[in-house]
Amino acid sequence: MKVLVLVKQVPDTATQVKVGSDPRAIATTGITWIVSPYDEFAVEEALRIREKRGTGEVVAVSGGPERVKEALRSCLAMGADRAVHVLDPALEGADTLTTARVLAAVIQQEAPQLVLTGRQAIDDDTGAVGAQVAELLGWPCLSWIMEEAIAEDGATVRAGRQVEGALELFDLPLPCVLTAQKGLNEPRYPTLKGIMGAKKKEIKELGPGDLGVNVDGPQLELVRLEALPPRPPGRIIPGEPKEAVRELVRVLREEAKAI
Amino acid sequence: MDFALTEEQRLVRQTAREFAEGEIAPVAARFNEAGEFPWEIVRKLGELGFLGAIFPPEYGGAGLDSVSYVLLVEEIARADGSIALTVAAHNSLCSGHIYLAGTEAQRQKYLPRLARGEALGAWGITEPGSGSDASAMKTTAVEDDAGFILNGTKAFITNGSVAEIAVVMAVTDPARAAKGISAFVLERGAPGFRPGGTYQKLGLHASDTAELILDNVRVSREQLLGQLHGGFVDTLKVLDGGRISIAAMAVGLAQGALDASVTYARERHAFGQPIGHFQGIQGMLAELATEIEAARLLTLRAAYLKDQGRGIRLESSMAKLFASEVGMKVTTKAIQIHGGYGYTREFPVERHFRDVKLCEIGEGTSEIQRLIIARQILQLT
Ligand SMILES: Cc1cc2nc3c(=O)[nH]c(=O)nc-3n(C[C@H](O)[C@H](O)[C@H](O)COP(=O)(O)OP(=O)(O)OC[C@H]3O[C@@H](n4cnc5c(N)ncnc54)[C@H](O)[C@@H]3O)c2cc1C
Ligand SMILES: Cc1cc2nc3c(=O)[nH]c(=O)nc-3n(C[C@H](O)[C@H](O)[C@H](O)COP(=O)(O)OP(=O)(O)OC[C@H]3O[C@@H](n4cnc5c(N)ncnc54)[C@H](O)[C@@H]3O)c2cc1C
Repeated sequence: MKVLVLVKQVPDTATQVKVGSDPRAIATTGITWIVSPYDEFAVEEALRIREKRGTGEVVAVSGGPERVKEALRSCLAMGADRAVHVLDPALEGADTLTTARVLAAVIQQEAPQLVLTGRQAIDDDTGAVGAQVAELLGWPCLSWIMEEAIAEDGATVRAGRQVEGALELFDLPLPCVLTAQKGLNEPRYPTLKGIMGAKKKEIKELGPGDLGVNVDGPQLELVRLEALPPRPPGRIIPGEPKEAVRELVRVLREEAKAI
Repeated sequence: MDFALTEEQRLVRQTAREFAEGEIAPVAARFNEAGEFPWEIVRKLGELGFLGAIFPPEYGGAGLDSVSYVLLVEEIARADGSIALTVAAHNSLCSGHIYLAGTEAQRQKYLPRLARGEALGAWGITEPGSGSDASAMKTTAVEDDAGFILNGTKAFITNGSVAEIAVVMAVTDPARAAKGISAFVLERGAPGFRPGGTYQKLGLHASDTAELILDNVRVSREQLLGQLHGGFVDTLKVLDGGRISIAAMAVGLAQGALDASVTYARERHAFGQPIGHFQGIQGMLAELATEIEAARLLTLRAAYLKDQGRGIRLESSMAKLFASEVGMKVTTKAIQIHGGYGYTREFPVERHFRDVKLCEIGEGTSEIQRLIIARQILQLT
């Protein structure tokens, strides 16, 4: 079974994000780039599917500038068989629909039986790409999955997602799109041998002309990013617990208007 | 001149960092306080290939270059000095000596088990009565028809009581001093060979340090490592590589202490503002960050030269000397920045402070490094 994983390269979770000199983007100097953590769950799940079935191919796909190759390389180091990099300037600052069109075109070329991705990328947090890709392909989609099991004949998958206090189980025909929620699995660390082997694996580069997608400007236009005002310091309410609690309730009601 | 790491080197660093932050940092204080050897971490190190990092794939290793190895040891040390030393002694000293001096048969026999982490390695030259003056060792290997009989005691041996495979140096010709010393590979369980006592140490409480007792240990000629009487020359070469890893360990411990201090300086308030707003604290942080960077560059340069196949006696000594002394300074100041809390076990800086002291002692004290450096400069040998 061929499984395709859509991954996005994002700033490390520890990054102190600052608005850049162009107010529509963040300042990228000094940023460490990583594979978005939810996408790592997707990669891990794809590898487990291949391992469980004993055969198959895992292809990691990403769009973005040259540096994105490093994210793909780390998917290869984890164990993906090969990667596809869409290097298209139109993807810079693209809206999710544009990104989804490009990715859907790659999926059509590759014709996998299953597409996995994260429930959202942790930079823009739109959470839209997985569903949009499925819509463009006319495939079923299940988001935020916590578990999955593909039928032995490879025709269907049973996947579960957590809802308030319960697990919702669905059967979907393949091909389909599944997006990964935290808890789906524990992603492996690449082994040193995996890292050394990754440089021998193929990263296929696709340019603007290779996909036949007309990218006619974003439909969602980013106006600007605004830094949040600094969070005011916390306040300690002194005194005996009894009085302090009374004061806390008063403050929450009258000043914060939280209750 | 190109200071950029390769994509592969960056990936190694990132993986080691994620592993150290995810798997080591959360449990490091627990193992150190219990004085327990962290087998569960060591097993994972083996699975990821960290215990065979620098050896070629034909011996079960990952085939990393020295630069990647330095990055890996640094990242581990940022989280815990003990595990960094376990990795450094295993790779650079024990496996390193077997790879350097072993016959093809010896490499095939020992390296794959070491590289996969099925066996930990130890390496013993120091004795109760000799450390800096290593060639004054008393352990003897007396040759007879069947091989050699070893007698003596090794002291302060990292991984001594947990290792399955050990390389030990012994005198094979007392008349020839340093030119009469040979190396042998021993396996745990050999009759007469056993770990002795462990030590109550200042730091590195999750690293195993033990005596090795050799009581009429019979070894075959196949266990002689390198040339007869050539053990000391090989030892010096092994230490050239080993010192780079001790330098990396010092850089990592210093960086870990600096990271904690930066976080603390942002969060701790005094006189109505974060202490990081005071020039006194800023000056300290700036100086420490700068010195760490200088130590890191010396260390990476020594590793780079090793990868180029160049002699690195001078460079590895300089890196180790400078990095270990920077490590002491940084961890001392890190405690200072943490104020009273820095003096407690609530924060990692007191542990890094105790751990990094070893870097000024192990694999040649700072005085011995100065001696080595001066001899090279003055061309005395
Ligand atoms: C935690 C730990 C782990 C270790 N792991 C290992 C290991 O795995 N394998 C191993 O073989 N050894 C190991 N050692 C031993 C270590 O290498 C020695 O402790 C070190 O080489 C110093 O030797 P010594 O302790 O005998 O000190 P000494 O040699 O007795 O030195 C005492 C003092 O005299 C100074 N001194 C000595 N000679 C001179 C000189 N010519 N000029 C100026 N000053 C001098 C020294 O610098 C030092 O300050 C370890 C030690 C520790 C603490
Ligand atoms: C073992 C021990 C015993 C102790 N015994 C006692 C005791 O018996 N009684 C008691 O009352 N206290 C005691 N203390 C507390 C001790 O006096 C404080 O730890 C010390 O005054 C520092 O305060 P702090 O820990 O809050 O650090 P902080 O005040 O938070 O300082 C943190 C760092 O910021 C620096 N800093 C703070 N303000 C400035 C500034 N304006 N400009 C530049 N740098 C600044 C400090 O120098 C330090 O490096 C003890 C502490 C220890 C560790």
